[in-house]
Amino acid sequence: MTQQEQTPLTWNHWDEPEGEWMLPGECPVRTNRTLLLEMAARLLFPTVLVFSVYLLVVGHYAPGGGFAGGLVAGLAFVLRYIAGGGAEGAEIGTRLNLRPPLLVGLGLLLAVIAAFAPVAFGRPVLASAKYSADVPVLGHVDLVSSLVLDVGVYLLIIGVVLDLLRSLGSGIERDARESRP
Amino acid sequence: MITLNLGMTIVLAVLYSVGFYLLLQRSLMRILIGIVVLGHGANLLLQLVGGPPARAPVLGTAPPELFADPLPQALALTAIVITFAMTTYLLALGYRSWVLVGHDEVQDDVEDRRIAERERPEGSMSDDTADTGTDDDEDPGSAAASSEPAATGGRR
Amino acid sequence: MTTLVTLPVLLPILGAALTVIGSRSARLQRLIGIAVLAVVSAVAAVLLVVADRSGPIVAELGGWPAPVGIVLVADRLSALLLLISTLVTLAVLVYAIDQRITDYGRDTASTTFHPIFLLLSTGVSLAYLTGDLFSLFVAFEIMLAASYVLITRRTNASRIRSGMTYVIISLTSSLLFLTTIALVYAATGTVNLADLSARVAVLPPGLQTLLACMTIVTFGIKAAMVPLHFWLPDSYPNAPAPVTALFAGLLTKVGIYALLRTQTLVFPQDRPSALLLVLAALTMLVGALGALAQNDLNRLLSFLLVSHIGFMLFGLAVFDAAGVAGTALYVVHHITVQATLFLVSGLITRRTGTVAIDQMGGLAQRAPFLAVLFAVPALTLAGIPPTSGFVAKLALLQAGAAAGLSTALVAGVVIVASLLTLYAMVRVWIRVFWGTEKEPLPDADPADELVVGTAATSRPMYAATAGLVAVSLAIAAAAGPLSSVAGRAGVDLTDRLPYVTAVLR
Repeated sequence: MTQQEQTPLTWNHWDEPEGEWMLPGECPVRTNRTLLLEMAARLLFPTVLVFSVYLLVVGHYAPGGGFAGGLVAGLAFVLRYIAGGGAEGAEIGTRLNLRPPLLVGLGLLLAVIAAFAPVAFGRPVLASAKYSADVPVLGHVDLVSSLVLDVGVYLLIIGVVLDLLRSLGSGIERDARESRP
Repeated sequence: MITLNLGMTIVLAVLYSVGFYLLLQRSLMRILIGIVVLGHGANLLLQLVGGPPARAPVLGTAPPELFADPLPQALALTAIVITFAMTTYLLALGYRSWVLVGHDEVQDDVEDRRIAERERPEGSMSDDTADTGTDDDEDPGSAAASSEPAATGGRR
Repeated sequence: MTTLVTLPVLLPILGAALTVIGSRSARLQRLIGIAVLAVVSAVAAVLLVVADRSGPIVAELGGWPAPVGIVLVADRLSALLLLISTLVTLAVLVYAIDQRITDYGRDTASTTFHPIFLLLSTGVSLAYLTGDLFSLFVAFEIMLAASYVLITRRTNASRIRSGMTYVIISLTSSLLFLTTIALVYAATGTVNLADLSARVAVLPPGLQTLLACMTIVTFGIKAAMVPLHFWLPDSYPNAPAPVTALFAGLLTKVGIYALLRTQTLVFPQDRPSALLLVLAALTMLVGALGALAQNDLNRLLSFLLVSHIGFMLFGLAVFDAAGVAGTALYVVHHITVQATLFLVSGLITRRTGTVAIDQMGGLAQRAPFLAVLFAVPALTLAGIPPTSGFVAKLALLQAGAAAGLSTALVAGVVIVASLLTLYAMVRVWIRVFWGTEKEPLPDADPADELVVGTAATSRPMYAATAGLVAVSLAIAAAAGPLSSVAGRAGVDLTDRLPYVTAVLR
């Protein structure tokens, strides 16, 4: 039993997934894994992301918005980080090939541009305009220009959460591993 | 002018006193919890100054005259975000301190400690305070002073 | 024109975003930082001219009018302080960039320094321009959060202690500020400053006093007013020279500006405030006496900073147009000169390898230009004619002498504190620049930015410092026009009407 616990358990066992399940990849030590949580994360991750986009879009007229949506999306990444065992948590964004600070910068840039954009139309800074349209399948849709600002905030928050996971999550784990004799 | 009800006043008093009590502790972790509690107190106060409980101020869910005052809620939301960010920062700082110094204690001003050591009677000086004392005599500049917290930290 | 008012706030954010995105290229970051601050300086200059000519400029964000919406207001005072602050920030940035280049041999890209530096500038601009109490809180938070990062960045075991003290004190004062805002809102139902000025006036006097005291404590901590100053001499000296210069120049002054704005606009008085007079006198004396006891150059300068906060409080305490104008002029002068002194101290430290004054000596022979760079701001700080310090102090003294016996007494304290400042500065001069030449101490840790060690200096570092010296000399040369602008700003502030009518229309 003790012997078995110490051997790294790789994905070559009965639970080997058909495709790649989690971005973090395999977990080196058996005790770091919970199949239940991994499964749950696998199911919840896309769901939560979709929900976060919903929050982002409805934000102008209903509870939600860029910040709330971004945090919810961030939570999805946190869940995946925890389920992934943390070993490779730093690489969480690598599939996208995006460094978290870049996401923060892009979000901030988008938000500032959205703040300045009304000036080009002769409106005051941060003013917003509403576009209504009847889309065949969706029905009546109200689009507000401040959605762009919200998208910026959304990206920024995700970037911040990913950066936190990198520096305070896997960064600390890496430090702990390196200092261990 | 808005007045609070007694129950909430007591809750606020407890939050504020617990928060300030924890702020006066030595360990950064306790201070952090103190700031979180104090932040909750301040945010609750912000919520309460919006007036008595009423419907959520979301357009179309209720007639506007039933709405609660949305402004304090917006202020509280902003304040929560800021407190959240500061909490994260303090956590990181505490961790950094733990890595660098081996503890997360918030120490006295260098000058304060120097004065305290000067006023201590000669006989009661223990061995480990004696060496920092002599360091100070040789070099009162900040070169010695700045290396001092690390040394004190190592001994604790 | 109203868009122009938002630029000092939004441009640095834009710059921060671009420097984060371009964090691989140090050249690009440097270019963006300097360009943004240069543009903001120009904008501030335009704002000052326009505000002086045709009254406060108000920008309603999103088109929502006050008191419902958030407004940015540039009146004479805020435009003046914005201009001088941005100029100082620009000089400090040049200095900081070149210190990094000299330290590392080449320019190194970093994801944190430039964005954080620009965000700090955003916070400062927003604090000057905002027209409501809550945005002021947000501005303080942006500014302080950036300053936390700057003061603890690349920290080491010996410096993390002072960083912690700074962060905890600032957070406590922020939470007090939040509580104050809640109480103000409970009492009046608004956070717009212009709106508050009418609504606070009808509150019971006890409540008014409570709210006024809470704002004084909150901003007093940020401005390092005695007895709330203890954190400053402990934390500021432990940051790299450019960071200290920026903090000393700007952060405490923003606290003073907030005091000035809230006390004159929301809690006006028709006679000198006894509480503020006592606090001002205490601040001046405690700071100056504390400076005399120091052997660490940076700590000495920090105590002098505390002392001179008292000068600015004094002008406010007089509570008439002349006093407030004196404070405005003094803030402008002091932002420049205090930042210069800390930059010079950084240059001295890099020459001598120590911050301990008694280990330096004979620098005047080895570095005559550095001696000049120190002497000019030192004399300016002490207020020797014909420097800008003299002009500002004269304005304060005249206001104090004219307002009655109690203010005249505290004006006497101003003279005593000025003499003590002069004494402290002369002591530094004699010990550091005269006397026998001492060998510089070797570099203890070349990677440490808070240089205790004989690191090289670069020409742009001297140029930035010399630029600031030139600005302070320019303030002295332009004393006439500046005094009259400050005078009109003082009248605006005590009159309150121009501001209120411009915001509420």
